[in-house]
Amino acid sequence: MLVLEDVHTHYGKIEALHGVSVEVNKGEIVSLIGANGAGKTTLLMTVCGNPQASSGRVILEGRDITRAPTAEIMRSGISIVPEGRRIFSGLTVEENLFMGGFFNGKAENRKTLEHVYELFPRLKERELQRAGTMSGGEQQMLAIGRALMSKPRMIILDEPSLGLAPIIIQQIFEIIGHLRDEGITVFLVEQNAHQALNLADRGYVLETGRIRLQDTGKNLLANPDVQNAYLGG
Amino acid sequence: MAANNLKHALFCAVVTLVIAYPILGLNLEAQGINVTLEGADASTVISVLAAAVVVFLFQLFRDNILSVLKSVPSPLPKSQKEPMAENKRARIESWVLTGIVILALFWPFFVSRGAVDLATLVLIYIMLALGLNVVVGLAGLLDLGYVAFYAVGAYTFALLSQYAGVSFWVALPIGACLAALFGFTLGFPVLRLRGDYLAIVTLGFGEIIRILLNNWTSLTGGPNGVGGIPDPTLFGMEFGRRVKEEGNVSFHETFGIAYSGEHKVIFLYLIALVLAVFTALVIRRFMRMPVGRSWEALREDEIAARSLGMSRTAVKLSAFTIGAFFAGFAGTVFASKQGFISPESFVFLESAIILAIVVLGGMGSQIGVVLAAIAVTILPELAREFSEYRMLIFGAAMVLMMIWRPQGLMPVRRIHIELSKQE
Repeated sequence: MLVLEDVHTHYGKIEALHGVSVEVNKGEIVSLIGANGAGKTTLLMTVCGNPQASSGRVILEGRDITRAPTAEIMRSGISIVPEGRRIFSGLTVEENLFMGGFFNGKAENRKTLEHVYELFPRLKERELQRAGTMSGGEQQMLAIGRALMSKPRMIILDEPSLGLAPIIIQQIFEIIGHLRDEGITVFLVEQNAHQALNLADRGYVLETGRIRLQDTGKNLLANPDVQNAYLGG
Repeated sequence: MAANNLKHALFCAVVTLVIAYPILGLNLEAQGINVTLEGADASTVISVLAAAVVVFLFQLFRDNILSVLKSVPSPLPKSQKEPMAENKRARIESWVLTGIVILALFWPFFVSRGAVDLATLVLIYIMLALGLNVVVGLAGLLDLGYVAFYAVGAYTFALLSQYAGVSFWVALPIGACLAALFGFTLGFPVLRLRGDYLAIVTLGFGEIIRILLNNWTSLTGGPNGVGGIPDPTLFGMEFGRRVKEEGNVSFHETFGIAYSGEHKVIFLYLIALVLAVFTALVIRRFMRMPVGRSWEALREDEIAARSLGMSRTAVKLSAFTIGAFFAGFAGTVFASKQGFISPESFVFLESAIILAIVVLGGMGSQIGVVLAAIAVTILPELAREFSEYRMLIFGAAMVLMMIWRPQGLMPVRRIHIELSKQE
């Protein structure tokens, strides 16, 4: 589905990714874990083409998107839930969701909207409320719902558990599992390593711009190095 | 506390004296070739002193006065009415607006020529402000050189009429399109810029256009400007006393009425009115369309907008282009109204005033912008008597506005539900 081959990314002269190769297969949940500043967000942004990789290739469903403009990438069946949610706080929940389906027809959006409300009944309750007035967990649900509105085949989540209460994190991860059951490929970037690896089919550990480890989620959880570094021993 | 108040009150009174006396009391009088400084007459001195005393007393007993004021119950009980249903309000609003436009259509036939002339100017500012509202209010791109597009529209018509004898109606779309082209061109280099940087670049662009017009003497006549710009015609009918162009007829002869200079003024007013309404409707339509929503999305959160697949390039360029288009419109009307234009009319202050209108009216709100355009254009005219203090009053009004209503006269309303208070 999504393949990164030996990707190098620079911010000006500083190299943030030193040849990263990652593969996400169709229908899987793949988790990428790593400490602050390891390059997790950079990796996601490289997939989105902002900044573009300075060398290496990014391939989405067999198509090379390394040099494609961001707007085009984001319209080709991939969807991202950006770090920190970034909902439109002045708009209502419904308007936010419609923004997600910006490039789809109205009738189609209506149908997708119903589906999103089924996934997140809480959003249906808050349909006409301004998004900025909702709790963090609800906003995260909205951000995911908005990403789903474009009917992506693959969804990328950048730290969905950021700043949320444990019980809400639990709910969010349940929903992510549910997305896989619907056939959406999930690429999950998390600091919350335990939850992320528990849920994931496979996982990668990113350290200072390089992939250190890659294995199934279960194996990584059991790996003593990972336990020491990310799971608090 | 009392001693503190006394000190503060004394200070305020002295400041009042120091400021008020030179402004009100000292006059420069020309006597022959010499200029002498005249002291104030007794009444002025007394009123200045009285003012100082009032300030002193107020500051001294400020706490008491304020507490008394607070204890008086407000005569108007806080409105308890239910929030109107959104669609009902929208319907009422559109009826009211239609009514105002119809009134505005007939209004010029009953008022003085000066008033109609002023109203035409107001309408031009409304067009400008509505256009800038797209760029600043909706797309959130701070443009300090908007007057450049206005100048492009005006000079297009002026030069086309001078060199090619093109009439108003032909020049109108050409001027607007050329301004739009300039907007598009400016859009490219500023795509990556945001906030302050964008403001500076647009400011520079505005100055470039003005200086170019000022110095390209062979084409634009430089500081001398371009004169003799023809008035608009109504299906080939001219509004002058005598027909200027071959083949045209004059308005008053066609209808067999006596010639009156007012016809032309009213006709120009009506053109400006129609164009302003057209501008408002088109932009209103844009706001409801996906492109309008993408402007707002980009303003709210650029990263989120891009993550949804919106192209930053397309969105910003469209905002710049459409905003500039309507400035070109306004410029053409302005050139026709004035009959003469020079770079003097397109200085930075104009940009600042248009921007002030947009901010004053409430970013993104059309009705607010229209109200602010009326206020900003008419108030200085009404305050002509204290012309020296006009800009002072204007500035003070702006400062007060920003303190009390930073969201503008009429901020944009969005659909939302009011949560009823929990019992």
